[in-house]
Amino acid sequence: MDAHIMLEATVRYLRNEMSDSERRSFEELRKQNPEIDQMVVEQHYFLNQLESFGEMERFKANLHDTHHNLSENGEIKDTVPLGKADVIQLWQRYRRIVGIAASIAGVTALLISGLTAAFGPNAPKKDIEELRRKVNNLEKQSYSQTAAIDAVRNKIDPATPIKFGGTGFLIDGQGYLATSAHVVEDATRIFVQDAKGADYKAEVVLRDNTKDVALLKIIDEDFKPVPFLPYGISRSGTELAEPVFTMGYPKDEIVYGEGYLSSKTGLKGDTLAYQVSLSANPGNSGGPVLNRRGEVIGILNARQTKAEGVVFAVKSKHLLRAVEELRNASQVHPIKTPVQSSIRNLDRIQQVKRIQDHVYMVKVVL
Amino acid sequence: MNRTEKDLNLLKGLSINDKTSIQTIYKENYGLIQNLVTRNSGTEDDARDVFQEAMIVLYEKSRSESFELNCQLRTYLFSVSRRIWLKRLQHQKRFEAPFETMEETVPVEDDLEAHDALGRQYAIMRAAMGRIGEPCKSLLEAFYVHQKSMVEIASFFGYTNADNAKTQKYKCLMRLKKLFFTQFKNTD
Repeated sequence: MDAHIMLEATVRYLRNEMSDSERRSFEELRKQNPEIDQMVVEQHYFLNQLESFGEMERFKANLHDTHHNLSENGEIKDTVPLGKADVIQLWQRYRRIVGIAASIAGVTALLISGLTAAFGPNAPKKDIEELRRKVNNLEKQSYSQTAAIDAVRNKIDPATPIKFGGTGFLIDGQGYLATSAHVVEDATRIFVQDAKGADYKAEVVLRDNTKDVALLKIIDEDFKPVPFLPYGISRSGTELAEPVFTMGYPKDEIVYGEGYLSSKTGLKGDTLAYQVSLSANPGNSGGPVLNRRGEVIGILNARQTKAEGVVFAVKSKHLLRAVEELRNASQVHPIKTPVQSSIRNLDRIQQVKRIQDHVYMVKVVL
Repeated sequence: MNRTEKDLNLLKGLSINDKTSIQTIYKENYGLIQNLVTRNSGTEDDARDVFQEAMIVLYEKSRSESFELNCQLRTYLFSVSRRIWLKRLQHQKRFEAPFETMEETVPVEDDLEAHDALGRQYAIMRAAMGRIGEPCKSLLEAFYVHQKSMVEIASFFGYTNADNAKTQKYKCLMRLKKLFFTQFKNTD
């Protein structure tokens, strides 16, 4: 008898799916054959373990979804405001101490900002390398060659010197993209190119250098708004060791990379960022980092120069904050970020297929 | 419906993984635990982790044969979360003195021990799953975690019919079983 047929029989036996006669003969077999009996016992234990493992995974997924939904609907808050009553009470109790504390705090704040400036993650440029891609001469040449042919389609003047490239991705189908602030630093003009190679003119609508987040808007008549983005932007945190993937333009074709979340903080404990283990190259900067459910958990922004495969990503909640800032500041940009990922149950190949149309190469003219 | 009845109904729902019950318990208790953790040097992420682990402890308890709850659900969740958070702080050596809380607490040591033991068992299964490779991992997860039918699995993984998928499933199951028991012996 084939081992797996035996296993199947055991499963049916344990689930009470056997007919009476079959059951009797199976029990007879068990009695006569201690090896089979032992196997049934083992099998039973194993299947129980597997089933409760499955139940636990479902329960955890349910918890995760619940948290996500509740925080979406504002029924729980991911940031805790201090209660008003508490504050007043504390103020009355500690009025005198607060004065002293405030001056100490002032001094400390100055000291810390001094120290941060000196030793903070932004300072040691040699430790991390921002992944903005310097377009080299060769590529420039090939640009001007193809540009001659595509002059109508690519609205970039062949003579335009493209200096840097990065990646960006749509966060609103109306033409809003997110990327890293350093990608569009010092830009006089910006073009974004989609996976099919079409160029669109874009402009910066918000740049936050401390968070390294920038929002771009495509201002090109040829751009057709996308009614629906397949991925969501994650509102909640993420788990250590969660498998992640990214797409970006370290070269002229879109490149896929995958890895896992290796730390909840970035370089030297930087809480703005995650540390991710995947291989990234200059040009990947500004690309989305997605989890297996197809939710954007961060924007890829730098890698540690000394260690291969260690890169950092700005957490998605900072992107959402930037969007909110912009929305609050003016009515001009009513950005709506996608919440739910519609590709959560698809396999990776299908996910990537659906995402890649919304990941753009960001080209910068200085 | 009084408090106790409501709690019991919620727990019944929780034990069968019912979404509405989970959501109600979550909504009514998350803030309390979030305050506990964030006011004792934890972040929002810590708060979420601690609360979800406490929910798992409650879930396991609600499914155990000897289940009884001798206090309010809220008190129970708070006591478990407090223990978990203290343990983590100790582990990270950030722990100085037991922090004070105004909330009532109940002893939960035994439940947490049972939870740790279960956790170790799941870890063995998870490790075995991690080593089995594709397509077995996805196939078994589709069946045992996502509860897909053999017909769905057959079409998703491109098998010609449900019987073929089933044969493949049993082959995978054989491999997983072997890995599981190897892992099991190594852990002992």
